[in-house]
Amino acid sequence: MIKRIIVFLILATIGYFLVGVVSQIPFGEDRNNVGDYYIEKTPTELKVSNAVTAIVVNYRGFDTLGEVTVLFLAATGLSSIMYRRRRKGEKQIRAKLPSSRIIQIGSQILFPLIVLLGAYVFIHGHLSPGGGFQGGAIIATATLLMLISYRKFKVNHNVISWIESIAGVVFVTVGFVGLILGMTFLENFLPTGELNDLLSGGIIGIIYVAVGFKVASELAGVIDTVLLNNRPEAKNEN
Amino acid sequence: MNEFLTISIYGTAVALMLIGFYAVLAKKNLLKIVIGLSIVDSGLHLLFVAIGYVNNGTAPIFSPEVLGSTQAMVDPVPQALVLTAIVIGFAVTAVALSLVIRLYRHHNTAAIDEIKNLKW
Amino acid sequence: MNWLVIPVFALVILTIGSAIYAVISKNLLYAVVATGLVSLGLSLFFFILQAPDVALTEAAIGVALTTIIFIITIRNTTDKEKCCDKKTSYVEMKKGDDK
Repeated sequence: MIKRIIVFLILATIGYFLVGVVSQIPFGEDRNNVGDYYIEKTPTELKVSNAVTAIVVNYRGFDTLGEVTVLFLAATGLSSIMYRRRRKGEKQIRAKLPSSRIIQIGSQILFPLIVLLGAYVFIHGHLSPGGGFQGGAIIATATLLMLISYRKFKVNHNVISWIESIAGVVFVTVGFVGLILGMTFLENFLPTGELNDLLSGGIIGIIYVAVGFKVASELAGVIDTVLLNNRPEAKNEN
Repeated sequence: MNEFLTISIYGTAVALMLIGFYAVLAKKNLLKIVIGLSIVDSGLHLLFVAIGYVNNGTAPIFSPEVLGSTQAMVDPVPQALVLTAIVIGFAVTAVALSLVIRLYRHHNTAAIDEIKNLKW
Repeated sequence: MNWLVIPVFALVILTIGSAIYAVISKNLLYAVVATGLVSLGLSLFFFILQAPDVALTEAAIGVALTTIIFIITIRNTTDKEKCCDKKTSYVEMKKGDDK
């Protein structure tokens, strides 16, 4: 009873201060000069159609490198927490019945289409809404579909860790080439083409393809680890 | 008209944050606490994107029709920040859930009352 | 901007209603589905606020991947919120299966 009253008092205090701050921000006014600068410079200097992609990869590219590192650490931590040494004679728990024919044939038809859509989204990241993170999540969802409908579908962890490492190395190497050529880290050194062209924007295309591969393989590895390392009857195990 | 939009969108963001905080503070099941954390994240992202809205603005994508006209554009900087924040929120939720699974395997219960009492 | 009133109102009710249900419900599986509904409502909000990149990301990550990770946690732990935390009936069924 006392605990409920304390919880409501805390919530009321937080709510009062939140409303007090938020009500002083007028909705829908044009007040940011930094956004105006980026919107002005993107189609003229950089010749890229998507302003959010230009900010995420080019103007604030170092934060994207930090985010890719955090995602890598989370995937590593998750597999190390759920690691389980398999004893002799123990098999992995899979589903006991196979899925019906409709689901098997349907997911066989859908899987390459979804991977194609994901690849389209991260290759055309600078021309339409999309990018590396969205495309990677779409490809991981396709892997999840195959893992649920087939009992024998395996994800090769060796291949996944090679793809992930090579993609990360490509990202950092592209940044270092800018440093070697005498400019800053992650500087745009390739020539920018025309607007609305596939090969426009300098290094933005290369970096987003590397990020797309890395996020797709990481999330597929996370889903595979979580789905197959289960032991629901752990009574006295450690 | 503008008042209604202001109150409803800001109000939804603040309400989501308060509902998530209540789940973190007052619930005893570990899974409910992680659900509450995820709802707090969602409310925060909505608040960020709502701050960057410009009246009668359009999406910050330069298609050939938009280049000629003089329509205002929505602020793109908060959208870039929220893009990063969504992916990191998912990573934090995944690691928290793996810790919940580990705690369940060790103590065989998912309520924090009994986990605290088991120490003595 | 007059046609925006009804969709915004419906979305507000959907989002806040699902969030309240996710916190209050006693069955954990229903709570996880309600969290997926909150992400869906949020993705539609981002579309109304003219942010297509963020809407795509929230729809891909919040609805699909977060829900599946929650469901796998429920499969490994327990299904209800209080009492009956130990899955005894499943343990006996599993032991009988091995022999």
